[in-house]
Amino acid sequence: MNITFNKLALAGAAALFMLAASPTSYAQKVDPAVQAIMERSFREQGIAKLDRIQQDDFQILCSDAKFRDSPEGRKKTEQLQAAALAAIKPPSDGKYLGDWKAGEVVAQSGRGATWSDTLKTVNGGGCYNCHQVTKQEISHGTIGPSLLNYGKIRGTSEPILVYTWNRINNSKAYNACSNMPRMAHFNLLTEQQMKDVMALLLDPASPVNK
Amino acid sequence: MKRYAFAALISALVCTTPIVFAQSASDQLAEYRRMLADGNPAELYEAEGEELWSKPAGPKMANLEKCDLGLGPGVVAGASAQLPRYFKDTDRVQDLESRLMTCMETLQGIPQADIVKGSFGRGVRKDLEAVVAYVVTQSKDMKVNVPATHPKEKEMLALGEKIFYLQGGPMDFACASCHAVDGQRIRMQDLPNLTTAKGATEGWGSWPAYRVSSGTFWTMQRRLNDCYRQQRMPFPIYGSDVTVALSVFMANKANGGTIQTPGLKR
Repeated sequence: MNITFNKLALAGAAALFMLAASPTSYAQKVDPAVQAIMERSFREQGIAKLDRIQQDDFQILCSDAKFRDSPEGRKKTEQLQAAALAAIKPPSDGKYLGDWKAGEVVAQSGRGATWSDTLKTVNGGGCYNCHQVTKQEISHGTIGPSLLNYGKIRGTSEPILVYTWNRINNSKAYNACSNMPRMAHFNLLTEQQMKDVMALLLDPASPVNK
Repeated sequence: MKRYAFAALISALVCTTPIVFAQSASDQLAEYRRMLADGNPAELYEAEGEELWSKPAGPKMANLEKCDLGLGPGVVAGASAQLPRYFKDTDRVQDLESRLMTCMETLQGIPQADIVKGSFGRGVRKDLEAVVAYVVTQSKDMKVNVPATHPKEKEMLALGEKIFYLQGGPMDFACASCHAVDGQRIRMQDLPNLTTAKGATEGWGSWPAYRVSSGTFWTMQRRLNDCYRQQRMPFPIYGSDVTVALSVFMANKANGGTIQTPGLKR
């Protein structure tokens, strides 16, 4: 019940975000030849429908390094980041920190959203795919920065809570072309899962901070 | 004295920081590759493929010995080193697998659509995969030679580059998200930087490969298919232009690099 509510809330936030982000004065077009080859080369499979090859503004911007680095691109970057930041919803009950043990499970799992998953698959955050998170888990990726001692270094002041929450919800609110998935935007994680990951990073009892 | 100190330092390092030495799965895999150097299980597929190449099959009960992979009918040695390339008869740029589909259709009468519709490791697709193992073994130790000089090859190269950087799906992933920087890993898996000659040679030059974890031979089409699955994208159609364009891009970057196919992967 609670999870369903959270999913709805997140879907609402995502919809708000889309509304805020889509009408832009710097509408950038996808190369028609690229669009055509993409459209004729894919088919839907399971939950992976063809709408996934329709790029949103962030994806269009970040697929084109040349445009992104132009003055126009930089303007668009700022505009998209601001809209994304404004669309992030704080936790519905005002509590940022969940259970770090549940957060570790979310961090470990890379499941979800592939064509071999279903709508019933419990998504993971896939954190370890790219980040070092705890000392105990040596099988971690290196695409993202190490998160060891994340909370120990930063503490749990309100600005840190808000920043970390925002980063998990939509990393692209701070860095439009960050490699990190927008966890709330596509409903990849539930609100509770994100709170649990917050606790993993910030709870003094979490192995991240030991 | 100095030498002893050095030895002591090394043993201290070994004892206190085993993690450093276990950091990359590639060391263990290199050892495993060395052990299997004379016995890559892909050889079983290769032997089957060699047989299938000369065995009459399909509605026309013909073999593939007249198949032109770009170096003339029936020439297999070095053929995959120069693929993908433009073919006049189909007026398309084709990779090895889409070209073999053409040959199986025209020579043997097996409809391409049947192979496209099928699954990896099953039915006629499985036969085609065995032929791939046979063909790519005949380019082992040769140099990648995909200069992309024909206008249609140039077009596919340019498209392949754009598709490599194209983000999509619910996680915003592009090929470049994981394969455009040196020395990165997902979990323990090293990721080749496919935008460099060295990385592209590692990646393009060692697929198709036998995959130890699944105990199967994976063609390049299958490798790309699973990349797109993990990118959370929809399903790339077998032999589709996106897969060929990406192959042209990777092969072009790998030009001059030494081919090690079939490879051996975790």
